[in-house]
Amino acid sequence: MLRYLTRRLLQMIPLLIGITIISFAVIHLAPGEPTDLVTDLQPKVSAQAAERLRHLYGLDRPLHIQYLDWLKRLVKLDMGRSFLDNRLVSVKILERLPVTITINVLSLLLIIIVALPIGIVSATRQYSLFDKASTVFVFLGFATPTFWFALLLMILFGIKLGWLPISGLRSLSAASFSFGGRLLDMARHLILPVFVSAFGGLAGFSRYMRSNMLEVIHQDYIRTARAKGLSERAVIYKHALRNALLPIVTILGLSVPALIGGSVIFESIFAIPGMGRLFYESVMARDYPVIMGGLVIGAILTLLGNLIADITYAYVDPRIRYK
Amino acid sequence: MKKVIPLLAAFFLLGILLVTGCKQKEEIGALPVKKEIGEPAYGDAIVVGSIGDARNLVPILASDSASADIVGLVFNGLVKYNKDIELVGDLAKSWEVSEDGLVITFFLRKGVRWHDGAPFTSRDVLFTYQKLIDPEVPTPYSGDFERIERLKIPDDYTVRVIYKEPFSPGLSSWGMAIMPQHLLEKEDLSNTKFSRHPIGTGPYRFREWITGDRIILKANEDYFEGRPYIDRYIYRIIPDQATMFLELKSEGIDEAGLTPIQYARQTNTNYFKKNFNKFRYPRFGYTYLGYNLLDPRFTDKRVRQAISYAIDKEEIIDGVLLGLGRIGTGPFPPESWAYNPQVERYPYNPEKAKELLAQAEWIDSDGDGWLDKGGRIFEFTILINQGNEARRKTAEIIQRRLREVGIRAKIRVVEWTAFINEFVDKKRFETIILGWSLARDPDPYDIWHSSKTKEGEFNFISYKNEELDRLLLEGRRTFDRDKRKKIYHRIHEILAEEQPYIFFYVPDALPLVHARFRGIEPAPLGIGYNFIKWYVPKEEQKYTQ
Repeated sequence: MLRYLTRRLLQMIPLLIGITIISFAVIHLAPGEPTDLVTDLQPKVSAQAAERLRHLYGLDRPLHIQYLDWLKRLVKLDMGRSFLDNRLVSVKILERLPVTITINVLSLLLIIIVALPIGIVSATRQYSLFDKASTVFVFLGFATPTFWFALLLMILFGIKLGWLPISGLRSLSAASFSFGGRLLDMARHLILPVFVSAFGGLAGFSRYMRSNMLEVIHQDYIRTARAKGLSERAVIYKHALRNALLPIVTILGLSVPALIGGSVIFESIFAIPGMGRLFYESVMARDYPVIMGGLVIGAILTLLGNLIADITYAYVDPRIRYK
Repeated sequence: MKKVIPLLAAFFLLGILLVTGCKQKEEIGALPVKKEIGEPAYGDAIVVGSIGDARNLVPILASDSASADIVGLVFNGLVKYNKDIELVGDLAKSWEVSEDGLVITFFLRKGVRWHDGAPFTSRDVLFTYQKLIDPEVPTPYSGDFERIERLKIPDDYTVRVIYKEPFSPGLSSWGMAIMPQHLLEKEDLSNTKFSRHPIGTGPYRFREWITGDRIILKANEDYFEGRPYIDRYIYRIIPDQATMFLELKSEGIDEAGLTPIQYARQTNTNYFKKNFNKFRYPRFGYTYLGYNLLDPRFTDKRVRQAISYAIDKEEIIDGVLLGLGRIGTGPFPPESWAYNPQVERYPYNPEKAKELLAQAEWIDSDGDGWLDKGGRIFEFTILINQGNEARRKTAEIIQRRLREVGIRAKIRVVEWTAFINEFVDKKRFETIILGWSLARDPDPYDIWHSSKTKEGEFNFISYKNEELDRLLLEGRRTFDRDKRKKIYHRIHEILAEEQPYIFFYVPDALPLVHARFRGIEPAPLGIGYNFIKWYVPKEEQKYTQ
């Protein structure tokens, strides 16, 4: 196992370099440069000033030199500074991670808590009214545009009922609250965003669960269990469920990179400063260091997520062994 | 990660247009008088909504509108514009311009202190100047300051600026925020904590910045023009216009800029009438269609004039801005002293358009409905940038009007950075719709002078007119307001006659402020100029602390 792990980790290095070369080339191929935004279209900003900025950012050097410089710094875990505000890329990303991870973890938990039971019940009572109704419900969630649904909820809970804050993460007077008060305040702000982001994700997990469960239920060992005279409860929850959960574990492993990826749409709607907005804004501004920082972290997490999925697979399924 | 819809692009680009910090006049319509005036009182906070976060609060590096909003409250320049758009002293008490226009001497206010208590002196001005022209500092504002030959500080409260040649826009360039030498002397401006913890001389002190969420300022009790009434200024970042509107509806924010539709329709409810005051004044800028004058079809003045006649500007303003804007007639907004009210306006007149086109030998010789000349039909592309609704609608309206006179216009939409880099800078366009946000000083040299046509410079339509070149130079060498006015009136006249741009409209700024704030006096400069005099009567204060 240890040898397998080392090999996999070592294999990741060339893969990662490949990914960075391609990403680096692609974002530099996109027309436009970071200096365009700084110099905007204000007639008072001279063309010489724009040229000076290009030089200071090193954008006037050949692309491969720029890449090698970037790579050299990355090896020392230095992702450089943002062109927009000169802050360290790592700081910019780190300050946005906690809120993005919190929302994604909470919404993933909510999805699991709601979607798995829906999937199980839908499978055990296939084609029942519940099965059909829940199918409609989860696909409705999948198909509803986030921004529209979010606005409706804001109008209902924020304005008509006045129960929840509309946007942001904390109240204006939050600084004067006690620790518990601040936590409660934050929780109230998170209810809508977490709910909205979970609503769209229900379909995927509940459908997976349903089809896995259906597959398992028709296996021979389930028939055997029933034949032994076990209660339906024991058959479903002890024998079928455990086996049906295996693929879900894999999907969870693959969700790891998604935990740090935010969604521009709902982060903007709810005015939450998360990863999605950071990344989107830096792409629009051609802020290369931040874009590359985001891509590298995303790539590493995807590779690690794959690895974790593979390992857990071996762990939960005795038939699979790696050498 | 998922569902990245290009919806947001709109807000991103709107930011460039929307919040340019131009503040001006006129409350429109009969706004009901909101309650009685109430006694001025200290306290309360104002929550201002912004679609973008600030980037850098080092004044000479701040180039986006959000940073400029904050810098404007934390710092002062030597001069500023008063409510009638006239230059008055700010950190400078007064100034003198020498007879030959080469030397401007500023006499500074005494007793002004930085927020950390250190005294403000002429050394801070010298320091700011040195940083502005330092090639190692990535400031976009160096242009006006590179015309200075020397800057001398004979004593702590006198600054003498010696220009290489007379440069009248130079005076207003000293509205640039002055930075504290004692704090920044040993700092690298590109990499300093100061960019997120600024210390200035202004009416508000910086307190806290939560990235992407809010910036909080606190009233400066020792401000040299008197302590501001409103205790805290909270700048909330809400990137989505719809959310911003809901926050207004739930009184989560007190001030925001509205879109035309929000102004004209959505805020016409009793709730908004009771709780908010709406304001309206023209922005300092305009939206236009520029011709690429390297294209032989557009070098004929009659063709350009014909297209202007073929287009109904009223219709564009009604359709795109819901009437919340004014017809543009030239390179100056109507509030500017350089504006000449007597220029040609090109009212909608398709017959005249056809006549002029026929004079230029564009006729429909084969009867297919499109004009042609030498076997080629009159067809061109209007290039616009993605995400700007107003410009897209404008292009569509023009497209229809041009079809009526037999010109086929196609619309091409390109993402902003590519638009600027690949098309505007490299002059790869036939016609283009864009907007300029203007400084208060009218000098339009960089946009119109024939020397400014290199890649990345602003005369990208390649306009060249000898009389205009001469006038532009003369305008920036003249300090006397009346003489300058005559020059700019002539410039306005030439450009209106020549129509190198179709000047569509000057859009209005449409701010909305909660009704508990009193003391707002709309003026040609807008509403923000007397912010330190705004107040909330004691009994109506909302945020205590």
